[in-house]
Amino acid sequence: MNPIAHSPHAHAPITLSKVMMTVMMALIPATLYGFWLYGWSAVMLWMISIFAAIASEALVVRWQGRGVKTALLDGSGVLTAWLLAISLPPTAPWWIAVLGSVFAVTICKQVFGGLGQNVFNPAMAARVMLLISFPLEMTTWVSPVDGMASASVLGHVKTELTRGISMDTSLVGHFSMLDGLVGNRIGSMGETAAILLLLGGVFLIFRRIITWHIPVAMMLGVAVPALLFHSIDSTHYASPLVHLLSGGLILGAFFIATDPVTSPNTAMGQLIFGAGCGLMTWIIRTWGGYPEGVAFAVLMLNAGTPIIDHYVKPRIYGRDRKGVALPVKKG
Amino acid sequence: MNLFDLRGGIHPEGRKNLSAAHPICALPVPKRLFIPLQQHIGAPAQPVVAVGQNVLKGQLLATAQGALSSAIHAPTSGVITGLGDCTAPHPSGLAVPSITLDSDGESRWIALIATADPFQLTPEEISQRVAAAGIVGLGGATFPSALKLNLSHGVQTLIMNGGECEPYLTCDDRIMQERAAQIMQGIQLIAHAVAAQEVLVGIEDNKPEAIAAMQAAAKNTSVKVTAMPSMYPMGSEKQIIQVLTGKEIPAGGRPADIGVLVHNVATAFAVQQAIVEGKPLISRIVTVSGGAIKVPCNLEVLVGTPMQELIDFAGGYVQPAARLVLGGPMMGQQISNPAVPVVKGTSGVLALTTAEIGQAEPAPCIRCSSCVRACPVGLLPLEMAAHIRTANLSGAVNLGLKDCIACGSCSYVCPAHIPLVHFFNYAKGDLTAQERTKLKQESTKKLAEERSERIARIERARAEAAAKRKAAREAKERAAAAKLTTEAV
Repeated sequence: MNPIAHSPHAHAPITLSKVMMTVMMALIPATLYGFWLYGWSAVMLWMISIFAAIASEALVVRWQGRGVKTALLDGSGVLTAWLLAISLPPTAPWWIAVLGSVFAVTICKQVFGGLGQNVFNPAMAARVMLLISFPLEMTTWVSPVDGMASASVLGHVKTELTRGISMDTSLVGHFSMLDGLVGNRIGSMGETAAILLLLGGVFLIFRRIITWHIPVAMMLGVAVPALLFHSIDSTHYASPLVHLLSGGLILGAFFIATDPVTSPNTAMGQLIFGAGCGLMTWIIRTWGGYPEGVAFAVLMLNAGTPIIDHYVKPRIYGRDRKGVALPVKKG
Repeated sequence: MNLFDLRGGIHPEGRKNLSAAHPICALPVPKRLFIPLQQHIGAPAQPVVAVGQNVLKGQLLATAQGALSSAIHAPTSGVITGLGDCTAPHPSGLAVPSITLDSDGESRWIALIATADPFQLTPEEISQRVAAAGIVGLGGATFPSALKLNLSHGVQTLIMNGGECEPYLTCDDRIMQERAAQIMQGIQLIAHAVAAQEVLVGIEDNKPEAIAAMQAAAKNTSVKVTAMPSMYPMGSEKQIIQVLTGKEIPAGGRPADIGVLVHNVATAFAVQQAIVEGKPLISRIVTVSGGAIKVPCNLEVLVGTPMQELIDFAGGYVQPAARLVLGGPMMGQQISNPAVPVVKGTSGVLALTTAEIGQAEPAPCIRCSSCVRACPVGLLPLEMAAHIRTANLSGAVNLGLKDCIACGSCSYVCPAHIPLVHFFNYAKGDLTAQERTKLKQESTKKLAEERSERIARIERARAEAAAKRKAAREAKERAAAAKLTTEAV
């Protein structure tokens, strides 16, 4: 007979590694599409990222004197590296991937105390570190169509705006809804195929790994201000469609911002968090120095998560919102 | 009928099909019964029999001690062979005071007083008879039923709980199917005793036969039988009230605070037996189930029967049992000794396999908030556990630790297999211990203060008496001196 255990004596058929595996499964279509677009260099970048994450995490966990096997088996390090890899420019040099992966799993996760303890999303923190430290390597894009060096849609309109060319003109020939949906556009390895990412996201919602709150709120957070300003001045402000189908918005909304560790734990908190991520993304894209803002926005709202969780709590049964017991009403 | 939403909740695998089709079958009277004196919430009962005494079936063995207690009767006829300890039906396996009864195999009843027209009885008489019959809540909480009736007089709504939301258990399902008429009479007697204005019977929709049987029995009565969605913990008192009436019990309060009384359907059967036939509560229906049991079944078992007898009757094990559980898998308690007796609150005896338990080593919390979504009370289990981990009990209380109903939904869904509800029960125990220590310290302090005050008072009285004596002496002396002076003059 086993030692005495507390109830419940039954458990839902779920483990942490199953959660991580499901997210990875959801990433497969968009990742394979990226491989197909960019070929072996993309595959290598992805493999190097994951290998660097596993190796560095094993080393750090060993230093800490913790079980290497249990820490690696949960799959969270692999998932972090995967997310980082698909948000890198497909032609980035191999050492960018190594640096980013090692930074993500060691500095951004293990230093905080390992899985579940980090304040910031490790993949996005690593991406931002790389972007600030190696701006050239991190903003050199090639077109998936002809393999020529080129600028992203968001980067292009930003440059053109500074030259005084209005957005209606600069977008012509640079943005099409169809290309944005299928991913036939310039961008990171796995962030471009909106349809495939949406497919993965819906799969995650269906499997109850994530809920709809953060993705929907984040997309609305971008689309609502974009619509408002675009309808006022279409020469300076891009349409909601351009915003939704460029940069890493869909990837961010379904796979990055939904990281449970760094997002709020109530439905209302998640709506606030998601809307905040979207709004910040739109603000950075519109008025900031960088053409893309998803990573920055997510990190900023990660910092706000403890505050959101402090103020947004569910109402407890038998109590009002302030926690005071409901009045007694006999009969 | 219009139903209200339950917050949170989970859908564990029911596994009721293992035993649901097996009609209730009486377990043969065992040779020796171990009858604990405490089978209810409150004070243990006081034995009124002696070793060597012959008793009849239904004879009083132990009387209730105070209002929050319950009487215990002989489950069968035989001879008392011991007043001692037996292993408690509790994970601790500690010894509890109990009466050992050796059956004579004849099952001779005491003279039973049947009541032809029970509805002529006054509410007081009903509650007195319920108390005398030793009836406690059979849903598992084992609160003395008579006390509940006394505290709930004049409620608006009587809710009869036929939820049976725990997986595996089918004892309430079977009793509703097979004894619906008696249950309905019991329900009406309870309604009569508390003068309830409406009576609702809530049954989860995974028990269509039970619903049909109860609806048929409720014909021509004002009792409303309602199908509720199957969801755990639907059969919890707070939750069934919420779903059927839309009302919430104020925090720290009782159902009577909002004009509601909840009883289990099996308790209604026991009430009917006690009032109409005069039979005390000496047996109950127990579901014997689990993947390790050869023939899962529903048995009518005498209180005090060792658990092993039930397992043997069910054909023993087909697979090694990784865990023996008393009650359901969600809130039941693991037992290490199969010799422990069935008591009034035992709804199930489960022998579970490793695969059914699905245990895994706890991993770090990834804040996925599955527990927040599952909690039917609206708590933040992950935050509460984090506070308890660092021994910050007040932090956990501020998050609603005292509102936790210990249903285990959070533990069930946790992908990291963190034993959340174990944390909460541990913290509640610690909190109770702290509060008890505080009370003790306060009463010690009060006693000490009273003592020093008493000493001071005595001192004062003494001093006053001494002063009085002194004054009297001085007056006397003065008088004597004055007398001397006058005499001298």
